[in-house]
Formats: sequence, structure tokens, C-alpha cells
Amino acid sequence: MNITTNKWVRYLLQAINYTVFMALVWYFSAAPSIRILADDQAAITIAFAHAGDLREPCRKLSSEELAELAVNMRQLEDCPRERSPVLIQASLGGEFIYDVSLDPPGLFEDGGVDVYFSKRIPAGKHQFEIRMDDSVREQGFNHSFSSEFDVAPGRIILVSFDSERGFSAR
Amino acid sequence: MLVNPVKRAYLALESWFNISFGTEWNPLYHLGTLSFFLFWVILVSGIYLFIPFDGSLSGAYQSVEYITHEQWYVAGVMRSLHRYASDAVVVTVLLHMFKEFASGRYRGFRWFSWVTGVPTLWLIITLGITGYWLVWDELAQYVAIGSARLMDAIPLLSGAMTRNFVAGQMTDRFFILIEFLHLLGQPLILFFLLWIHVKRLSGVSINPPRGLAGGTFIALLALSLAKPAVSHGPADLASMPFTLNIDWFYLNVYPLVDYWTEGQTWVLTTSVTFLLMIMPWLPPAKSSPIAVVDLDNCNGCGLCFNDCPFDAITVQARTDGARFEHEVVVDPDLCGACGICAGSCPASNPFRSSKSTLKTGIDMPQLSVDKLRTRTKQAVMEMSGATKILIFGCEHGLDTGLFDDAGTRSIRLICSGMLPPTLVEFALKKGADGVLVSGCRHNDCYFRFGNQWTRLRFSGERNPILRARADRERVRVQGAAETDKGDIQRSLEKFREELGRLNQADKSADADKDEKMADEYHH
Repeated sequence: MNITTNKWVRYLLQAINYTVFMALVWYFSAAPSIRILADDQAAITIAFAHAGDLREPCRKLSSEELAELAVNMRQLEDCPRERSPVLIQASLGGEFIYDVSLDPPGLFEDGGVDVYFSKRIPAGKHQFEIRMDDSVREQGFNHSFSSEFDVAPGRIILVSFDSERGFSAR
Repeated sequence: MLVNPVKRAYLALESWFNISFGTEWNPLYHLGTLSFFLFWVILVSGIYLFIPFDGSLSGAYQSVEYITHEQWYVAGVMRSLHRYASDAVVVTVLLHMFKEFASGRYRGFRWFSWVTGVPTLWLIITLGITGYWLVWDELAQYVAIGSARLMDAIPLLSGAMTRNFVAGQMTDRFFILIEFLHLLGQPLILFFLLWIHVKRLSGVSINPPRGLAGGTFIALLALSLAKPAVSHGPADLASMPFTLNIDWFYLNVYPLVDYWTEGQTWVLTTSVTFLLMIMPWLPPAKSSPIAVVDLDNCNGCGLCFNDCPFDAITVQARTDGARFEHEVVVDPDLCGACGICAGSCPASNPFRSSKSTLKTGIDMPQLSVDKLRTRTKQAVMEMSGATKILIFGCEHGLDTGLFDDAGTRSIRLICSGMLPPTLVEFALKKGADGVLVSGCRHNDCYFRFGNQWTRLRFSGERNPILRARADRERVRVQGAAETDKGDIQRSLEKFREELGRLNQADKSADADKDEKMADEYHH
């Protein structure tokens, strides 16, 4: 199909085509915009890594058992690798927002769990509670934390856990 | 004639671009090379941007602000060119895919190019995504968290990536890893994939026509100056942005991660990818018999090797003890069954062995050159009227059988490139007043080079040429798609008028000659 239009008419048509193409590129490169948070919203994020307690305690080996082992394998305690699942419950204003039981990863279920949870919440004052059960050898939740915070719109309250200091929110 | 509505829409767009750009610069005929050109723009602008860019987590945003505002006249323009060329390449690549789909050029022997194109598209998208990280603004933060959530949802991975993006956890090391991916890892893999993508093609061009490249660059430059690319506010992992102006060409999956689960997003993206990958077999294309070499008639000249669009022919040392040095071999996995090789073979000469079967060096079992010669003879004999026009029409273009009448006959070819030029000469000698060859639209051959080789052979620029004894004024070549019936109809009417004048002129010349001879005789 051979088109023999006037050269200048063709240039004009090309300019129109390029303009349409570039307008399309420009528009969709930054529009339409998306709403991430409403003006009165904030967010809460729970993020930490934690290894549950060992399922069984370490056991001291008897002298007979030690004698049966090769010299280079002799350790005073036998510690099973398996760890406890980690149960976490968090509530905001008395309502559960996060309730999860995380099994330890790994072939021998001996790894630590990674916790990441994020949720949009209304900005303002909130009563927050979190508790964690990380040991099958203890009854009930062995770590807990509660706090009242006032969160500004757009801000993220970060809840983390450290085995020495326990839970914290900032 | 029924034309698939998708193809009809595509052909309408193609026609509009032919009017605007002409067939030589039509961007739809150069989508692959145009994408390569955009890659060059991205590469050069990216190298420039790398110089003032600060690769540390704390300095990245400020350096991009410097690039955008302080040195807006060079670095800022480079940033915008980098951004807009990246966006444009998504459009050209998607159009490229759509074109191949609409014209059915993704099945059968073409499965390899289609299937290797899918991961290439994925890589382009992920390259753009890592590019957005490097600005380290609110959008980068959103993209980083969304990407980490998606990665953490993959069962075999550790699931710890998202925790990098809480306040105080992000480190330079992770940021530098992303920089390495964007600046070196992904581009290298992309170029490797592109090489694989075109590996089964011969005569691959990676440069669009200069006019098209120039026009595209001017348009990108004008857009960069009119609407420079800018950043959002700096990333702050202790807060969330309220609104984001996202780049829908690259980041369209992230809003889904917000509204669906990560698992659902993966199901959608992997399903679309899987569907695209298996499309060439939905349903499988009917396989056509491939080209067959007849060593008794092949002298190993290599013309078919030169003309094969799919690199399916190789030239090797002679194996049959004949006196020639070489022979050709067809790779069945690569052969597109287009017949262009039969058209290029010098032995496909209908004037040879006129009493017996015409055997040529390389031929198509489903439509041999001998069969073409027989059909040509028969078609010319069947025609009557003042001007007889024989049409050789490509079966991937317009159905030229629509024009059959007392003075017109049509013969369908697998590709216009399978027509030996000597067959045109043969048709004229047998009594046709004119020959019209109608392949696919110019520059858009179904088999890549068929109509291009035909034009070059007829103009004497490529072997085998149309010999001088064939009157060029009685031969026309015109490409036509399924929707171009009106164009061909008009051309045919004009051609018939011209042939009528030529016939008249020839008759007058013959009469003059007879008169002159009679005069000479009486004297």
C-alpha cells in the first residue's frame, strides 16, 4: 500500500501521532494517582524476628552416656533442636487485629519466625495490647505488652520485639 | 471475506500510520527495532545519570533532586528521557506482541520467538521496578514494600524481606544490591534474552529507519522539556504517603497487592504468564510440509541460503559426489514452509524441460514450481478478452481470487517471495498481457522478506532477477492486506487501461512494421 500524500501534510500527521503517543506515555507514567491512606488514617506495623523456645529442655548426659560417645563428640548436654510455635495476638481498642500461630521453619523445625503485619487504622488515640506465647513448656502467654498511643495521620506505629527488652512500640 | 475483528482493528491502525508515516517509516512495521532504539536512549541517559547519582541510602534522594532541579537542563532532561523512553518501550513491546498475535505470527515454527519474548517482557518490567527504587522517595518506599511482600509470599524464600522496610532497619547494603541489579544484572540478562529472542531469524535489524528514530527522539525530548519527570517526597519508613502518582506501565501490580492478598496477585500474574507462554499451542498450528532439497538439481549456489528469512538453510560440503563444491540442507525445526527458497532457486525456471516435469533444486511439496507452471499455463489459456491479467497473490494477504473474471485469473502462492521471476516472463510469453504480484503490505511480509525480495528481484537488484526480455511495463507489484480490496481493485482497473494502451501501441508498431516490410518487398 503506497501512500503519496504531500510531504508537509505527512509531517503534520506525524506530529499529531507523536503528540498522541507522548500524551499517552506522559499521562500513564504518573496518573491516575492512587490513594494509599485516607486523610484521617495512620497505620500500625508489627515486625520482628524471633525464635520460639526449645520444645524440650536440654538434658545432662550421664557419665555412661558420655563414655559411649567419641571423644570429639562429647558434650555435657543434649539439646533437641525443635522449637515451639509462636502464637501472637494483638488487639486495638479491645478488638483483635492480628491472631496468628507461626510454626518454626526448617526441616527440623528449628528456625526463627519472621513476623510482619501492617494495617491501616484511624489516626488518634488507641489502646493497644499484644501478647505472645513462644513456649510449649509454659502455660499461656509468656510475653505481653500494652500501651496507649496517639498516632498522627500518615504515621506508622511500629511494634517490635527484642528477647531481652520484650515488646516496644514507637 | 471474513476478517478477524482484532486483525481488522490492527489493519485499520496500520493504514492510518501508512497515511501519516508512509510505509517506510510506519512504526508498526518497526516495533522491534523501535524498542531497541528506546533501549539505546535508556542506556545512554542511564549512563549519564549514574555520574551524579549518589548510591547511598541517605544520599540517593538528594542526588536525584539535584539531577532534577539543579542541573535540569542536562541531567534533568536525561532523567525525563530515561523515564519516558522506559514507558514508551512498554507500549512498543506490547504493540509488538499484539501485532504478532493479531496477524497470527506466533504459532507453529514461530513459537520460539513468542515464548522467549514473554520472559523478556517480565525482565523489562522488573528492570523498571528496580529503577523506581533508586529514587528512594515515597513511591520507591511503596514499591519496595510491595515487592518485598510479594517476595515473602513465595514459599521457598525466607519470608524476611519485608522487615527491611520498617523504620531503622533499611541498610545501604540492601540498597546497593538493588542498584547492582538495576545497573548491571538486569540489563545484561535483558540483552542476553533479546539475543535469544531473535536467534532463529536471519538478517535481523536492530535499527529503525532514521526518520522514525529521529521523530521518536524529538517527541521524547519535547515531552521531557514540557513535563519533566519529578520525584515524590523523600522516603520515610516511619510514615505512609496519602496518595501516589504511580507509573501504570511498570507498577500496575502494586495496587493489587494492596487490595488482594500477595498469593492472589501471584496467581494472577503467573496465570497470565503461563497463558501467554502456551498461546502458540492454543490450538497447535497445522504444520505445513517444509522445503525439500533435490540434490540432482541443486548446484549449491547458496541463493536460497541468502534469502531464507528464518536461518533454516545451511550450506555444506557436497555429500553426493557431484562435481559441485556445496549443497544446501534444510533444518526442519527452523523452516517456516514459506517457499521463498523455491523462488530464489535458479533451477526454478519454467522454460527448462518444458515437455516433462519441472524439477528444481529446492521445492515445496504442497505447491511445487512445476505445479505453478501448470497453473500458469492453464490460467492464461482460460482467459479471454482484450487484456488478460494474471495475478499471483500471497495467501497471507488479500484473497486475489475475488478478482477472477473473463480477463483476470489468480494463482495463490504461499508467499509472494516463492514466485520465480522467470515464471512472470513465462506467463507473458504464454499470452498474458500483464502480471500483478500481490504480496502482504509493503514492509509487513508474513514471512518477513518475501515481498521485499520480490521487488528487488524484479528491479534487478537481487538474484535471481527478472530478465530484461520481460516487459517491465507489463508487471506490477503491490502489497495488500485482507481489507485492501478497494486499493487492488482500483490498481487493477488502472493497470488494465495501461495494458490496453500498450497493446494498442504494440499493434500499431506491428502494423507499421508489416507496412514497411510490404513496401520493401514491392520496391
